[in-house]
Amino acid sequence: MSDLTHGDDHGHARSAHDAHGGYGHDAHAHDHKPGFVRRWLFSTNHKDIGTLYLIFAVIGGTVGGTLSEIMRAQLQFPDNHIVTSGQEWNTIITSHGLLMIFFSVMPALIGGFGNWFIPLMIGAPDMAFPRLNNISFWLLPPAFVLIMIGLFMGESGSGWTLYPPLSNATFEPGMGMDCTLFALHLAGASSILGAMNFITTIFNMRAPGMTMHKMPLFVWSELVTAFLLVLSVPVLAGAITMLICDRNFGTAFFDPAGGGDPVLFQHLFWFFGHPEVYIMILPGFGIISHVISTFSKKPIFGYLGMVYAMVAIGVVGFVVWAHHMYMSGIDVDTRAYFMGATLVIAVPTGVKIFSWIATMWGGSIRFDTPMLWAIGFLFVFTLGGVTGVVCANAGIDEVIHNTYYIVAHFHYVLSLGAVFSIFCGFYYWIGKMSGHPYPEFWGRVHFWMTFVGVNLVFFPQHFLGLAGMPRRYPDYPEAFAGWNYVSSVGAYISGAAFLVFLYVCFRTFTSKERVADNYWGEGATTLEWTQTSPPAFHSWLELPRIP
Amino acid sequence: MQLTKRRFAVWFLTAISSLIGLASHPALAQAPRDWEMGMQPAFSPMKEHIIWLHNLVLVIITLVTLFVGALLVWVCIRYNEKRNPVPSQTSHHTVIEILWTVIPVLILVIMAIPSFQLIYYLDRTPNPDMTIKVTGHQWYWEYSYPDDGNVDIESRIIPDDELKPGDLRLLTVDNQLVIPAGKKIRVLTTSSDVIHSFFIPSLGAQRYAIPGRTIELWLEADKPGVYYGECNQICGQNHSRMPIAIHAVTDAEFKAWVTQAKKAATAGPVTQSVLAEVEQTEAKDIKR
Repeated sequence: MSDLTHGDDHGHARSAHDAHGGYGHDAHAHDHKPGFVRRWLFSTNHKDIGTLYLIFAVIGGTVGGTLSEIMRAQLQFPDNHIVTSGQEWNTIITSHGLLMIFFSVMPALIGGFGNWFIPLMIGAPDMAFPRLNNISFWLLPPAFVLIMIGLFMGESGSGWTLYPPLSNATFEPGMGMDCTLFALHLAGASSILGAMNFITTIFNMRAPGMTMHKMPLFVWSELVTAFLLVLSVPVLAGAITMLICDRNFGTAFFDPAGGGDPVLFQHLFWFFGHPEVYIMILPGFGIISHVISTFSKKPIFGYLGMVYAMVAIGVVGFVVWAHHMYMSGIDVDTRAYFMGATLVIAVPTGVKIFSWIATMWGGSIRFDTPMLWAIGFLFVFTLGGVTGVVCANAGIDEVIHNTYYIVAHFHYVLSLGAVFSIFCGFYYWIGKMSGHPYPEFWGRVHFWMTFVGVNLVFFPQHFLGLAGMPRRYPDYPEAFAGWNYVSSVGAYISGAAFLVFLYVCFRTFTSKERVADNYWGEGATTLEWTQTSPPAFHSWLELPRIP
Repeated sequence: MQLTKRRFAVWFLTAISSLIGLASHPALAQAPRDWEMGMQPAFSPMKEHIIWLHNLVLVIITLVTLFVGALLVWVCIRYNEKRNPVPSQTSHHTVIEILWTVIPVLILVIMAIPSFQLIYYLDRTPNPDMTIKVTGHQWYWEYSYPDDGNVDIESRIIPDDELKPGDLRLLTVDNQLVIPAGKKIRVLTTSSDVIHSFFIPSLGAQRYAIPGRTIELWLEADKPGVYYGECNQICGQNHSRMPIAIHAVTDAEFKAWVTQAKKAATAGPVTQSVLAEVEQTEAKDIKR
């Protein structure tokens, strides 16, 4: 089979034994790639799986982004009818949320960059469990198909938070809702397997001499993320299993008529959901650290502080979940605790922001595209962070809970913060991954268009939220028309910026130019820059030694 | 094209009506306004407290953002490749690392004290003057008055094509929740189907309405008027079409309304006509 379908330069079929990755074959064969099917469908190579994840993230982001454009078009004017029914609208917002989280941000930051660069940075030939790595990717495409079934059947209108009773069999009876829930099961299993692989790899396969405290910050960020995944995603799996049972097998975990409790679901969901937001941003922290250090030509400031700030964010992130539930009738003392705990997170986050600025302080800064994204990240993440302090206040939350203020807040940290870090990583490493340079001019155009566009989308949403516009509304009173119009214009600019990104990809992959091993020069000091660009199919066959 | 015209017409009418204070509306209608950038003004002691705290926090976060922004601009100008070709290799400074941990902690403590006070103040009122039960349904609100002979009214949105000039689209309802102004009102929320959220921005009050649970909150409107809110937890197809309109009236008007409502209740569910009668009385009162 692979004989017929191989399409790469080395062209000959390899034995099944060799196709299993970096183990048990001769060093001289290290750049012999298997045929197309073996290489891409049965892949056990961390770089190829990373590439698959990145392609998948672009597809997920494109679909999720298209949904955002539809949403902003609908909200551009009051009494608009692009989306024809409330149910259709609810299905679109559900799918937008789930696609962006599980099928775009996570695959890019964790599966994509994590797979590509953890082994390269710690000097390991591959991940600890290459075949587990393969299945953790291949669980995602079927999950994606299930999400799309939920979307096209118009039957998953519960919001990505899936709160019963709206998501139970009485109010959302269609099979599409079950498909969406199963999609989360698959995506969750994929994340858990991937996270186990990351933890094992990072603990056991570091090159001789690389102690934990010498590990690059990106690896630390992925390690903390992996722990968050392993500890939080099973709770989501439990919650949606109970929900599936409620829907299909007559249980009543969340149905008050049978002694169940809808608020129990909220607790379980947010016990997963809050760590999840740190899962999406922590790897970005890692990337930003590398980029700022590289382009300032300085070592990162306060390395240990940075490491333990991430660990602290991860730990505290597990004990703040009920700040999503201030309106659910939880006791006032409970609200007081969760408010206090949530405010605490501002401290390690502040340490990171200040350490990044201190890294730039005294540096010799180059403003190439990756650095623009990193500086943009610092700005938007600070803005999203400080509004987080407002949201954490249970008192103020009485009037901003579930409003556009919340939408603005979490898009500033995720749609802007996490996505800026993804693009930052893309421009930083695309030469390393592909061997070709990206077009600098178009990279800058992409950055500035995105920066202007997304701020125009989300900044006015703070105003809408303060004035009381609820989220998940396909239509709104005329008074909200002004800022919604501005927000929609911003969305079109951001959408155009994404097309520029696709053009950048096209130019990069069709480029005839090659880049050097370490094309960023003296500032780039981590191990991936000692490898060729692109690295050999099997790298680190001889382990580096860290002094 | 037609839509745009209609939209313009609605805007135009809203603008005109707010200018001349259309008589079909009571003295004060508190709804969101065009291009509003901050919170809706306070018409309850709770909202006043919330706005006070929000203003404090807003000042702090604005200063923090400007400070970080200024540092970013400064390092970009001062430490770019041209002005500073040789980078320093400093990567530690214990004092400054302690400072940027401790100072944020102090700022947070300053912010936390009034925050804790606020949530205990907002939680519930010790001696409510009356109780109202609010039940969320797909897609309307039901209000009952257990202290007043269990008067029970259903409040539904006025469809777009039945709006009268000056009515606010997506906010106007057939039967408003009538409350006496200046009284502390205990509200108990629950739901008969999915989760809804009872949300009135200008009164600074919100709680979910969850089936199988009763959640307590309290309301107090400073003065007579109509206070608009919307369902604020996704509840299906018509989530955006179950607004809340609270009509605060004087004590005397409230008593009159309750009497009429009770009478009407024996005949069937409360209808708009009862409220219309009360409104007429009220209009007279205002003239007086």
